[in-house]
This record gives sequence, C-alpha cells and structure tokens, in this order.
Amino acid sequence: MSTYVIKNARILGGDPADILVRDGAIAEIGPDLDAAGAQVVDATGLVALPGLVDLHTHLREPGREDAETVESGTRAAAMGGYTAVHAMANTDPVADTAGVVEQVWRLGREAGYCDVQPVGAVTRGIAGEQLAELGAMADSAARVRVFSDDGHCVSDAVIMRRALEYVKAFDGVVAQHAQEPRLTEGAQMNEGEMSAALGMRGWPAVAEEAIIARDVLLAQHVGSRLHICHVSTAGSVEIIRWAKSKGCPVTAEVTPHHLLLNDTRAGSYDPVFKVNPPLRTADDVTALRHALADGTIDCVATDHAPHPVEAKETEWAVAAMGMIGLETALSVVQEAMVDTDLLDWAGVADRMSAAPARIGRLSGQGRPLEAGSPANITLYDPSPRRAVDPTAMASKSRNTPFAGLELPGRVVATFLRGRPTVLEGKLQ
Amino acid sequence: MVNAAYRPEGPEGERVADGDPRPKAVLEGPDIRRALTRIAHEILERTKGGHDVVLLGIQTRGVTLAERLAGKLEEVEGRPVPWGSLDVTMYRDDLRMKPARALGRTELPAEGVDDRVVVLVDDVLFSGRTVRAALDALNDLGRPRAVQLAVLVDRGHRELPIRADYVGKNLPTSMRETVKVLLAENDERDAVLLGPASGRSEATAALRGLSGGSGGSSPLGDKGEK
Amino acid sequence: MKRHLISAADLTKDDALLILDTAEELDRISGRSIKKLPTLRGRTVVNLFFEDSTRTRISFEAAAKRLSADVINFSAKGSSVSKGESLKDTALTLEAMGADGVVIRHSASGAPHRLANWVQGSVVNAGDGTHEHPTQALLDAFTMRRRLGGLEGRKVTIVGDVLHSRVARSNVLLLDTLGAEVTVVAPPTLLPVAIDTWPCEVSYDLDAVLPKSDVVMMLRVQHERMNASYFPTVREYSRRYGLDVARMNVLPEHAIVMHPGPMNRGVEIAAEVADSVRSTIVEQVANGVSARMAVLYLLLGGSEPAIGKEVSE
Repeated sequence: MSTYVIKNARILGGDPADILVRDGAIAEIGPDLDAAGAQVVDATGLVALPGLVDLHTHLREPGREDAETVESGTRAAAMGGYTAVHAMANTDPVADTAGVVEQVWRLGREAGYCDVQPVGAVTRGIAGEQLAELGAMADSAARVRVFSDDGHCVSDAVIMRRALEYVKAFDGVVAQHAQEPRLTEGAQMNEGEMSAALGMRGWPAVAEEAIIARDVLLAQHVGSRLHICHVSTAGSVEIIRWAKSKGCPVTAEVTPHHLLLNDTRAGSYDPVFKVNPPLRTADDVTALRHALADGTIDCVATDHAPHPVEAKETEWAVAAMGMIGLETALSVVQEAMVDTDLLDWAGVADRMSAAPARIGRLSGQGRPLEAGSPANITLYDPSPRRAVDPTAMASKSRNTPFAGLELPGRVVATFLRGRPTVLEGKLQ
Repeated sequence: MVNAAYRPEGPEGERVADGDPRPKAVLEGPDIRRALTRIAHEILERTKGGHDVVLLGIQTRGVTLAERLAGKLEEVEGRPVPWGSLDVTMYRDDLRMKPARALGRTELPAEGVDDRVVVLVDDVLFSGRTVRAALDALNDLGRPRAVQLAVLVDRGHRELPIRADYVGKNLPTSMRETVKVLLAENDERDAVLLGPASGRSEATAALRGLSGGSGGSSPLGDKGEK
Repeated sequence: MKRHLISAADLTKDDALLILDTAEELDRISGRSIKKLPTLRGRTVVNLFFEDSTRTRISFEAAAKRLSADVINFSAKGSSVSKGESLKDTALTLEAMGADGVVIRHSASGAPHRLANWVQGSVVNAGDGTHEHPTQALLDAFTMRRRLGGLEGRKVTIVGDVLHSRVARSNVLLLDTLGAEVTVVAPPTLLPVAIDTWPCEVSYDLDAVLPKSDVVMMLRVQHERMNASYFPTVREYSRRYGLDVARMNVLPEHAIVMHPGPMNRGVEIAAEVADSVRSTIVEQVANGVSARMAVLYLLLGGSEPAIGKEVSE
C-alpha cells in the first residue's frame, strides 16, 4: 500500500500541517513531514476533514438499478467526500433479511469507493405490521445497527415500542421516518401559504411533529436509542430540544436541502423540488440551521434519493419524491452553515463525520484526524464557487434541486483507509 | 372619376421635408369643414338624393367623420341619415405583424345594411388594406346593394385595386411620411398633419401627444398613423 | 415573447380589463347571423383534455372555431408514467403538429405550467387540479360587470369548497385585481390553512354576509368530501351553507346569484334559486364563449401575446 504525505493541509480549518499516511492509517501529523517513497499530495489552501459519513443514502440496488447502483452511488459518495454511507432498506426486495443486507454490504466492498453499511428494515417489507428479523441482520456479516422503514413511518405505536426495545439487545437504533400517514394522505408539499396558492394538497408540519413527540416519549419510557430522520420543521426542533433536555436518548439528522431550500421552490411546479419530507418555510430553514449549530440536531444526512429522468419529468402529482445530494452536501453545508458563521470546520467534521459514525456505531469511521486513526480523510477547497452541473455528476441520476445554483467549494481528494478514491477532483 | 374632379392643392414645398422634425398642418379646421360639405353634396348627387344611404365610419376617426357627414346630409335634406361604426380589426391582414389590439365597436343603425347603399367613411386612404378589411367585415354583416368609399385624405401608394368615390383632398406623399388626421371630437382640434415617419422622432412624439390617447393609444394602433 | 394564461394572477388590471372589453365587443358579434371571424385563420388550437369536461371543452371549441382557428381535440383521460404516454410525450406530439395555442385541462395542479416549458405555443389553463381555472374567473367577472355595471368596490361572496376549488382560487385573485371586495364563506374544514394570506375576507356565517353581498357565487360541493369528514352530512352542509329561497330573499334587490356549474340542486343551491331572475347561470355559459374568444384572440391574434405571463423553468 502506498504511502502519502499530504502537504500543508488546514486540519479542520486550522493552521497548515502535513499528514503522513501509511498502511491505511494516519502515521503522523506535523510540520515538514517526509518519508522515503511517499507520494506527495499538495493540499495548500485545502481544509482537511475526517472522511464524511452519511447516515441516510438510497443506493437503489437491488431493484432500481436504472436509478442508482451500489457502485454508482458510492462513486458519487466518494466524489462528495464520503468514506461511509448507510444504505437505506427500501430496496426491492426490501433489506429486511440477513441475506439482502449481506448482499448490499458485499456489493459495497466490491465497489470499493466507500464503506457501505446497510440499514435494516424495522418491519417486514417495510409494511409496518411485523418486525423484520432484526437480530439476524445485526448478527450478519453486515453487522446492522441502524434500522429504519424510511420512506414509510413506523406509525403503529406498539410496533414502534417493540422495535425500540428489541434493538437494545445489540445496541441498535431505530431511525424513524416521522410522518403521520393519515394526516399526509395524498400530500404534495408543505401545507401553508404556498400550497394554498398552488392548489396542492398540504403536508402539515404537525404530521411530522406528532410522531416525533410520541416517539421521544416512547424512547424515554423504554430507555432505547431513537434517531429521527430528516427533521424538517421548527416544531420538530423544539420537541427534540425538549426531549434532550429531559435526557431522552434521541438523536436527529437534517438534510442539506432542508438547510438551504424552502417551499417557494414549488412555485415552478418542477418536481425536482418534490421530496419527502417536503421543503418547508424559510422560518423552518432558519430554525434547522440553528438547531444543527447548537447540537439539537446531531448530524447532516443527505437522504440521497436518485430517480430516473422519467420519474421527475412529469406533472408534480405523479412525480417521485426525493433528491440526490451526496455530491453537493459539503458545498451546501458550507453555504448554509460555515459561510454564515453558524459552524466552523471542526463543527462540520462533527456533524458530517463523527456524529453520524457514532450514531451508526461505525468504529472505523468519524475518528479524529490524529496519529493512529484510520486514514479516512477528505480534502476540501472552500474557495471556488461554481454552478452545479447535474450532467457532471457521478450518480446515475440527475435529480438535483441545486442544478444551476452557484455553490461554494469543491472536494479535491478523498482517502479511504489510506487509499485515494478521489484525487485532484477525479475518481480513482 | 370623382377624385379627378378635385386636384391636389399647394406646391410641393408645402410638404414637410424629410428630416424636419415638426409635422406640418396641410389642412386646418375650415378646410376640413369645406371638404366634408363638398363630399356631402357629392354623395347626394351620386345617390340621387341619398334615400338608401347608410354611412359606416371605420373606427376610430372614420366614425367621427361619418357622424359629421350624416349631420351635413340632414342639414341639406331635412331628414336624418342613418350612420354607424365599423371596426375592422379582426379582418385586418396585418394582425400578425403587431401584438393583438383592443377592439373598437361595430354598431349598425337599426335599418341594417341589406339592400342599402353603404358609404364607408375613413380619414386617410393609403394602401387600401383597411378598406379591404372593411369590405370583408361588411360581407359578414349583410348584403348592401352597393358600397362606396369616402375619405378625407387620399395620400396615394395603393397596394390593392381600391379607389375612393369621394375624396376631401388628394395629398401626394412619400412612403416615409406620415399623415395624421386630428378631429376635435377625438383630438381637441381639427387638422391634417404631414410629418416624417422616423420611428422615435420628436414628430412622432408630438403626434402621440396630440392624439391625446383618444382611440389610438399606440401610434402603431389601427388608426394612429397612416 | 411567449406568454400564457395559467393563473388569474398572470393578469394585470390592464390585461383583465382588455380581456373584458374585448369580450364585450365579441359578445355583440355572437348576436349576428354570421358569428365567424377570420382572425385566427391558419392558427392551430389544440384542446388537450386529460379530464372529462364537456362544457368547458365545447366552450373553448366554439370560441376557437368562431375565430376560424383550426381546432384539434385531444382527449386523454388520466396521464401518468404508469398509464403509458406521459405529459411530456404529449407535449412533443403537439410540437410536431405545430400548435399555436394549447388549451389544457388536467387533474394535476401545475400541469399547464409544466406543459408551458415544453411547447412553443401559448398555454391556456382550462382547469388544473385544485389550482386554477382563470377563464372561468374571466367569464364570471364579465357576467358580473354586465349585470352590475362595474366591479370596483362590489362585494362578492364565494361560498363552499374553497379548499378544493380552482374556480374560487382564480376568482379571488381576479376579482381582487379588478377592485372587488371578496368574502369567502365555508366550513373551516373547506378553507386552506393559509387563507389569511389571500386577498379576501373569511367568514363561517353565510347569513351574516348575505345582506351585504352584490354577488353570491355558490361552489359545487362534492359528495366524496363528506366521506373524508370535511362535513358530517349533506343535509347539515345544505342547512348551514346552502342558498335557499329564504336566504336569497335577504340579498339586496340588485344582487345576483352565480354558479360555475354543474350544480347540485338541493345541496348548495335550491332549484327555485337556480331558476330565479337573480340567477346568471345560463348567461355564464354564453358569456364563457365570448370570454374565451377574447383570451384566444389576445394571446394568438397578433405577432405576440398581448396578455398573460411568461413561465420560468
């Protein structure tokens, strides 16, 4: 395995230092490092972050390989600076058995662009009725720790209680897609001024908040870890803040798109802005940013949701929900959080690497950039601004809501355990 | 030929030279009054007393002229002469050269036009296309026994085989000039102005100002400049 | 410039008045024996109806034919990726046919907006989902203006299922543009949550509003709303929000009663009210042709549209 010296990197945005990478780990950090035969990577002006970890990625394989595959999705992840992604369970077949999660895990290892950690379904077929074999998935080669019916809410309170209790046996966590189903039947976008004007069925904030309120109380009651997927409203933030103040073991994530975009985008009726949960109001965006800054929301997760062109080039009502996000996440977080002085680069490292790795129990990921850590490193140039070009993306799909938008920053290099997956902005 | 009976007046120098920004009045109020009186008499003469005559003014200033002519005919004959208005916008052949325009009113007198002698009245006869549109519009309104044409000014440059039966004044012009008829009912005073046609000249601005927004809010509108 | 009529909000006051004035002149022509005008000869208008609506389609068809346009009727109930041809493919077909104007009726809100991005011609929204129906609002305004003289300061009360009504949305926007004062009356379940952001007053009490109304517009209420618990029973709805003879009698002398049709007699409107002299329901149908002729003429008659709004991607 090659040895690398990364020269003049600003570790977590600090003063320039060199990083010596040897045998898949960080051997040394300091000034003017050198090693015989080492490849030199000039990182002058670049910020070094621990490799990013995504808690929420839809890789679509098996079942919808026309939208994304484990290979294409992990290439996109590497280009976005990620060294690990959690592959969501709503595939076809659903990842609700040891067999399917092991298949996905293996596909990830074969592709080699980043660690693929499968998420297991909470209920069989994500139908919300019977628990899936959570223990078998936990004990499989994939070592599943995060369970989610994402795309569907575990709306039955008894099933949710049982799942929360059951995963305690193997330190698992239930990641809830908080969406009260009856309140959101046929819902198309955030319920409010825009939905009233556009004549689209509203998706009330309370449909998310009611489930979060119930689940934090359940988690508190049974003493289990609960994770809230893609928090999107100011009210949800308030509930989570209250729950944490009471010592509830709840964690939460927010997506990059909910940190930057609001529901006025739906005015174009372009379904590239159709997503679940929906884009909310500008006030919600502000609340989410502050919650991420103060730690009420623990991490950023992309909810990368690829869809083929024909699923989006339609009337809004029949279009698929979801957006791709792996390749723009860091730029969006810089725009929404760093350039607004809400978060520094150390904060970004926590919210996009350490915290998600901790929640997902990935021991080899999200570790601090110090000697002895696995060499999972992202080198990021925050200075350039560029218009987002969907055609230049590594993902198989093109449904980015940021197309044409000017965003800062660019991932220059990604190292996965000492091996570059991206170098000079290009996949290796 | 009726229009042969009336020779154009005035030397060439009366016209405004190209480049002179100011439009020049070639007819004033009394000239217009005299011309209409003469046309009224000619109509009575040619239609043998004007018993079946219906005057139809083409929107906008043709309508004013038709009303004035009807008044003069009544003065002479001692009985009212039916008159009405005709909007030809929907029949124009140049609709697609400009944005769609507001419509004027088409109002026929109660007598209608069937078996009548319809005298179309307009302010300026130029290419003949407006008259062509009027003939088409008339065709959809009924079947007159005959159709005649009266205009205050004939400025030449016909593009269709159309001629006027009654002409107030023949006015030789170049294609680049504009002829603008002002009528007190629409424009606060009576006059016929001749001016250069450069798109944004002061003359055009002056003409726009003079038209006072009555009927032809846009100088490119149906009756603004001819 | 490519302009469309997708929302009543696309119209400035000048636009709206131009349409109403044009409709007024065109309406006079509809009284003649020869009703046809040569204005749109050689232009192609496609009526693209993804949802059944014989009344609206016939109205647009008559309007286009009276202006001598070539009319192509295209009915395609239900469009989705799963059901075969997509809206985009239909748009490409229209392009190949060289449609100058596309009149679209669709069950999905925003479908006309999407279509406008994919075709060269002007798009006219003939009703999209629960969004808007701008030509209905124009013919309603035209009807009100004829009966009442003008709209400035007039009090218009719109009663019923505002939440799901494209007619209500377009009417509130257009009437506000034209200076009328609109009040919507409905059970709270049938109003959008953000109704306070609309340019109108809101009331739950029909009886309080009627004596001050110059116009009462009754919206159709659909039975399936009862099944979704928007109101308990049709009888209760009718008792609280229906226009019966007793309620009609408290209206001012000059007030008119409107309904966009089709009516549920005995539910939102009593038969005696629908057939009374105050009712403009039959006039509305006739006025629809004139209003739509005006829209088609002003969008397609000239070198470029004289009304409407551009659509951004």
